[in-house]
Amino acid sequence: MGEAGERDVHPYVLLRHRTIPDLDNLLVYQKHGGFKAFEKVVSEMKPAEVTEVVEDSRLRGRGGAGFPTGMKWTFIDNKSWPHYVAANADESEPGTFKDREILEGNPYQFLEGVAICAYAIQAHEAYVYLRGEFWQIAAQLDQKIAALEEAGLLGDKLFGKDYSLRIFTHLGAGAYICGEETAMLESLEGKLGQPRLRPPFPPSFGLFGKPTVVNNVETLTNIPMIINRGADWYRSIGTVKSPGPKIFSLSGRVVRPGNYELPLGTTFRQLIFEHGGGMIDGRPVKAIMAAGASSSLIVANDEALDTPMDYESVPKVGGSLGSASVIVIDDTVSIPWLINKTSHFFKHESCGKCTPCREGTYWMMHLTDRIQSGKAAQEDVDLLYDVASQIKGKCLCALGEFSIEAVLSGIDRFGEDFQAAVKAPEAVAGE
Amino acid sequence: MLAEKYAQEIQSILDKYPPEERRAAVMPLLYLAQRERMYVDRKDMAEIAEILGISSTEVAGIVGFYSLYYDRPEGRYRLQVCTDLPCALRGAEKFLDELCRRLNIQPGGTTSDGLITVEAVMCLAACDKAPMFQVQSGSGLEYHENQTIETALALIERLRTDAARRRGRE
Repeated sequence: MGEAGERDVHPYVLLRHRTIPDLDNLLVYQKHGGFKAFEKVVSEMKPAEVTEVVEDSRLRGRGGAGFPTGMKWTFIDNKSWPHYVAANADESEPGTFKDREILEGNPYQFLEGVAICAYAIQAHEAYVYLRGEFWQIAAQLDQKIAALEEAGLLGDKLFGKDYSLRIFTHLGAGAYICGEETAMLESLEGKLGQPRLRPPFPPSFGLFGKPTVVNNVETLTNIPMIINRGADWYRSIGTVKSPGPKIFSLSGRVVRPGNYELPLGTTFRQLIFEHGGGMIDGRPVKAIMAAGASSSLIVANDEALDTPMDYESVPKVGGSLGSASVIVIDDTVSIPWLINKTSHFFKHESCGKCTPCREGTYWMMHLTDRIQSGKAAQEDVDLLYDVASQIKGKCLCALGEFSIEAVLSGIDRFGEDFQAAVKAPEAVAGE
Repeated sequence: MLAEKYAQEIQSILDKYPPEERRAAVMPLLYLAQRERMYVDRKDMAEIAEILGISSTEVAGIVGFYSLYYDRPEGRYRLQVCTDLPCALRGAEKFLDELCRRLNIQPGGTTSDGLITVEAVMCLAACDKAPMFQVQSGSGLEYHENQTIETALALIERLRTDAARRRGRE
């Protein structure tokens, strides 16, 4: 689990439990400034002023899309009431395990972030949607919420003001698609987790058809620190366009996989070699997936390794930052095997609503099975490429797009692996 | 009947959602129904539908859509090994195969005492601690990380002992 001891970068902003013992105890959290930010906004600030500070910090959503958080809050429709906050704790992207550490280690900072967001949009109810596998975490959060109600930090007439707030947890039941915000809202409403047609977007038509802000756990966990220490301080971390700290979930063929909280703009090389302890058996890095299984495969040459991990730079080397779930691939890994894994995942997780994704992921799974088994010809690789290309741009949500990233980039950038995997056409016909 | 046995719990679940949005309670109610036998039968689905004022077909649709609900009896414990890409890069597939070999079952199969189903599942957000698995039972889910075949077999032994003790009490 990540680095310990002295840090040569900024002190922890999100993973503060690594240096403050028992931070999941309310009294300890309060002793370290906890709920001062929530008290400050409720007693001293207008809701719009809170949103302004968040806008000014230039915090961008940490769930994957990188949308400016403060701007999202300004979209809330003030002609339609009530408003809701729905915190997205569905964390299901292969390679992503950051929200889980926050929820386990620093849950009160996350809950305080939820509370501040709720005040900013004048919501009196907030839901935390957790993936079903986070059963124990949900039970712990319920206890934390009860402790906050007991302490008068949640409930009615908070801080003597006319503001009330309740927070509820809601468990999903094993569906990757529920991390997509509108599928999550459907699921929270007791329906199949299938994405909605947008627009309308959640800030005008969200949970139960009411204006709703949906934010990721990590995003919300930034908020109390931004209120306490100010937007200028926040912008002093990271890069100009991608400010702030980010948790990088590092996995794959590295010596020390784990979560690393680092400024946005840290390079792949620094993450893998300085923090992650380098590669297992000292093998060369072959490819990098920067956004989990939804990533294209970045060819790990020197230019890529020295690329800063921020929202603007990663696309320049043919990838995207997403939720910063960095899966590192070494030269022992065959790319046909890898895309077979990702294709099985997306086939299993496609919700079935849009035909190109439902059918396309099915055929990509079968084609990659065939290529992986050594029974394919070059034509099968061409067909796979064709199937993947036909999913592009034809689905309601991003899952279809995600499912083809590794497939297309794998074939484009690691063609020699596929040549090695396919037999000559005559040999296939002769079987 | 769920309504008799869990009246208070059902009420506190319903209280989490606006009264006019009762169907939002369908997922927690299904977990409740699954608590004792690790699957939901048609009677349970019909009762949940009645509590929420929706059709039992809609409830069955939810059971079918989400991976953690089951509509037929299998192992009382489901030992679910993540074999997704990041875990597979750290030996999870070999771990699953070896564990199944030692238990004399195929992946997806159930031990002869009907107690434990071992299966591969999609990512569980523990990619840095492979090999890992979760154990799902009616009373919840727990994670077991940085596992070896030995630690997994020891856990299975413990689950068997617990089950035998429970049978003795019943």
